[in-house]
Amino acid sequence: MPAHIAPSRAGTLAVRDLGCLRGDVPVFAGVGFALEPGAALVLRGPNGSGKSSLLRVLAGLLPAAAGQILWDGTPVDPADEAHRGRVAYLGHADALKPVLTARENLAFWARLQAAPADAAQAALDDLDLASLADTPVGRLSAGQRRRLAIARVAASAAPVWLLDEPAVSLDGAALERLAAVLAAHRDAGGSAVVATHRTLGLPDARELDMAHHEPAPLPPEAVP
Amino acid sequence: MKEGGAVSAGMAATFAHVLGRDLRLALRQRGDAALSVLFFVLAASLFPFGVGANAELLARIAPGVVWVTALLAVLLSLDRLFERDHLDGSLELLARAPAPLGVIVAAKMAAHWLTTGLPVVVAAPIIAGMYALPPSGYPVLMMAMLLGTPCLSLIGGVGAALTLGARRGGVLMPLVVLPLYIPVLIFGVTAVDASLAGLPVRPHLMLLGAMLLGAAALAPWAAAAGVRQAVA
Repeated sequence: MPAHIAPSRAGTLAVRDLGCLRGDVPVFAGVGFALEPGAALVLRGPNGSGKSSLLRVLAGLLPAAAGQILWDGTPVDPADEAHRGRVAYLGHADALKPVLTARENLAFWARLQAAPADAAQAALDDLDLASLADTPVGRLSAGQRRRLAIARVAASAAPVWLLDEPAVSLDGAALERLAAVLAAHRDAGGSAVVATHRTLGLPDARELDMAHHEPAPLPPEAVP
Repeated sequence: MKEGGAVSAGMAATFAHVLGRDLRLALRQRGDAALSVLFFVLAASLFPFGVGANAELLARIAPGVVWVTALLAVLLSLDRLFERDHLDGSLELLARAPAPLGVIVAAKMAAHWLTTGLPVVVAAPIIAGMYALPPSGYPVLMMAMLLGTPCLSLIGGVGAALTLGARRGGVLMPLVVLPLYIPVLIFGVTAVDASLAGLPVRPHLMLLGAMLLGAAALAPWAAAAGVRQAVA
């Protein structure tokens, strides 16, 4: 069990009737769920069904076209500065600088996310990266970089984790590490939304199939 | 009041933290910063080949040459400001970090000036010497450049943010930025000209200072809006 950083301010993230546009094209509509402390939600669905877009809306990177996002029952704007600290986001890109060492990369994000001082080291240990801590990221493999990106999320004290395909290029041992880190996070009162095509070993995780939230087809006059 | 103090202390810490990171990155990739200065020196050395080695003429065009080439050197390096962070995913994380994006962007602009504008200012006397600028012009040239080159980083940062992710952004960005550089160029050159003609230089320097203050107050927030658009 990893010595994990306890999330501060655990709370319930809820989503009501959420819809999203990319350009003028609706991606998904009518998404709703509630994520209590300790809960996990796995997003399923074919490519292009809006899993990444949903995570980006929750992260405050994409504006929601419809619906509400609530924190402990109060509507919030996910782009709001106060809310941004409650959510840690792992996108497709690892956001690592090849010329900085693993530790330097992690320490930068940890401090920017106002994480506790020892959080970066704990996250390195959790993801089995301690021996690579002083290696420039440019020399790490794709799987090691992905682990470092996951360590960035783990080092934040955010109660909600949004993970977009976290298991990309991870091997079996790293997958187990990820599962352990997620379990520790949930045990400490954190919650997670994970978009993945692989089995991550998330016990009692709920599933949300984005294929059930396809938007209504555009009226013919709206199609250019 | 107390809370306001804590907020501004947090902002200062964020500013210093991001500035430190960008400076460290620049230090590890020294070639990038050196390239701008080399471009500045090389481009400025070309003019005598074009206009002839008439000492009087060269001294006459020295302030203009220094300013125009400095402006182009800064322009060439502007893609460094956000482009790499945008490509590797860092920019979207910076945009959603629990800190004001304007402060983060301001720190990146400051780092850009320290690694591009400041080296160009330091190299400017070399060019001025090559052009036989009268010694009385040097202090004013340096003052004007110290006030003017930060404006180039600030204004250029807005253009760089607005053209992020645009098709042919590399061509579009100078088209957006260059017209906005004209006031800095005009007052930067006239300050030196005025000092050589024995006229008061204070008004020119004060106008440059006013531009710097205005740009420092507005540009980071405008660029932050551009960054937010780019990562959406």
